[in-house]
Amino acid sequence: MATITSPRKAAQPQTERSLATRNVIGKTLILIILGAWAVIVIFPMLWSIMTSFKTDQEIFFSPWALPKTPVWSNFSRAWTTARLGEYLLNTLLVIAPSLFLTLLLSAMASYVLARFEFRGRMLITYIFLIGMIFPLFLALVPLYFVMRTLHLLDTFPGLILVYVAFSLPFTIFFLTNFFRTLPKELGEAATIDGAGQYGIFFRIYLPLAKPGLITMGIFNFLGQWNQYILPNTLMITNDDQHTHYVLSQGLYYLQAKQFYQSDWSGLFAAVTIVMVPTLIVYIIFNDRIQRGMTAGAVKG
Amino acid sequence: MNRGKNGLIVSFLALPLGLYSVFVLFPYCAAMLFAFTRWSGLSSVIRFNGLNNFIKLYNDEKFWHALSHNAIALVILPPITLGLALFFAFLFTQGTRFARFFRIAFFFPQVLSVVIVAVVWSFIYHPTVGLLNASIQAIGIKGLTSFPWLGDSRTVFGAVLGVVIWQSVGFYMVLFVAGMGSIPADYYEAARIDGASPWVMFWSVTVPLLWDTIRTAIIFIAIAAMDLFGIVLVMTNGTGGPSRAADVVPTYLFSTAFSDGNFGYASAMGLVLLVLVLVLSIVSLRFTARESFEY
Repeated sequence: MATITSPRKAAQPQTERSLATRNVIGKTLILIILGAWAVIVIFPMLWSIMTSFKTDQEIFFSPWALPKTPVWSNFSRAWTTARLGEYLLNTLLVIAPSLFLTLLLSAMASYVLARFEFRGRMLITYIFLIGMIFPLFLALVPLYFVMRTLHLLDTFPGLILVYVAFSLPFTIFFLTNFFRTLPKELGEAATIDGAGQYGIFFRIYLPLAKPGLITMGIFNFLGQWNQYILPNTLMITNDDQHTHYVLSQGLYYLQAKQFYQSDWSGLFAAVTIVMVPTLIVYIIFNDRIQRGMTAGAVKG
Repeated sequence: MNRGKNGLIVSFLALPLGLYSVFVLFPYCAAMLFAFTRWSGLSSVIRFNGLNNFIKLYNDEKFWHALSHNAIALVILPPITLGLALFFAFLFTQGTRFARFFRIAFFFPQVLSVVIVAVVWSFIYHPTVGLLNASIQAIGIKGLTSFPWLGDSRTVFGAVLGVVIWQSVGFYMVLFVAGMGSIPADYYEAARIDGASPWVMFWSVTVPLLWDTIRTAIIFIAIAAMDLFGIVLVMTNGTGGPSRAADVVPTYLFSTAFSDGNFGYASAMGLVLLVLVLVLSIVSLRFTARESFEY
């Protein structure tokens, strides 16, 4: 990412020293201001992770202090008693197939929209755009009844299909732009060599689209891992025997329970368990994630 | 040349378009129809209700109350969030140590689940053990001991907005930094030769040339201000806060639909809000239109 270099000092000997001093003060000031915001942003997260290693007593009587000895049992309690293990399994059962389908279907649609001229191409592009612009809450009520009518309410296949459908618009938008940047000549050359249309897509263009697919894969992983509003409306079962809750729902349920059954240390262990995968994915892929999330808003 | 082209087009579009139509497009269209009906969700009979839902909405104090909170967010969020984001982006592009660290850190809250953000901040705002009250006490202010930030109707919405700002500043900063990166260095060179200070350059070079990005950011955050569904839902445990003091239209819609079972009425609310959002987007596009600079 290009950044603008700070204006270098005009080379006038008599003022050079004072300018240099000013520059040092300026740089320090910048560092302090940016550092302060970084602390404001990061501290709550680090503090939550730290809190998840403490006992309830420590949390209440010394909220600032480091844990005397790390209490690993918070995590096992969150995992089993608070059923985070089951929620995690549900989440993976949903997002593994839905990520795969999101990428495959988006790549197919984007490829066609980017490479071929046909009647209705613009119309289809605009139709997908609606899904990027309209707010989710507007769709919730009818979606609930669509799912009920199709007997997909409170089922894993149902949530998978909904995740895919709601992930398509942005993913298609992003990948269409990506496929446009790939040279047309490759496909044409392959046609001459006798390759079929499907072969051209699967053997030539899909492998070339890998960087775009990775970016969208991570983007959708975060979006679907974090998704709360859709499962909150569509996944219902959560009794002693069975639960269909995904992680975000489970976490919310745990928090709501704090009002009558206090287990703060367990709750923070749960927060840590849900947050750490996001943190790892983000730190590894931060560049791609930032580019993906700000795509479409930057000129060019 | 393009043998088998039509077959490919149809087969590659059928599944994505089909899924999208059933689970996204149809619900949006249905919502617009539901808005004109009276339906509790239980009976199979959906009665057409004309404009009655909208008349009821007009006289519904709770709706206006919820809408007023979206309006407050609309006034407060853009200047503070975008102001901070621009300020940080400006400092950032002056060149600083740890630039990479700052970029990663500032953007981080954006990738967190709304539930995590809400749980963590509920604890920060906690009256007795929360970090906020502890910090206030630490700097010597005594009056606010055990103040329930999320449990008091005067502060709950402000507390939620604080979290929204905390979460989104980094996103807009990254957006602005990317936009600033595509401004040609010549402009700064020219301004520098004219003896402009960084501050002057910011206002007379950066802001005008970044205007398209700023406009987009204004619309993004205006739309977000009209929504706020997830964060209010989770931070108030679905209640909209004490005396519904943090209720926004989407949370009122949600409880009208799924707690009270008034699905038609709830859809009318959604439709009104959608129209407001679209009007708002068009207005802000018009309002922020300036001669754009080609470079």
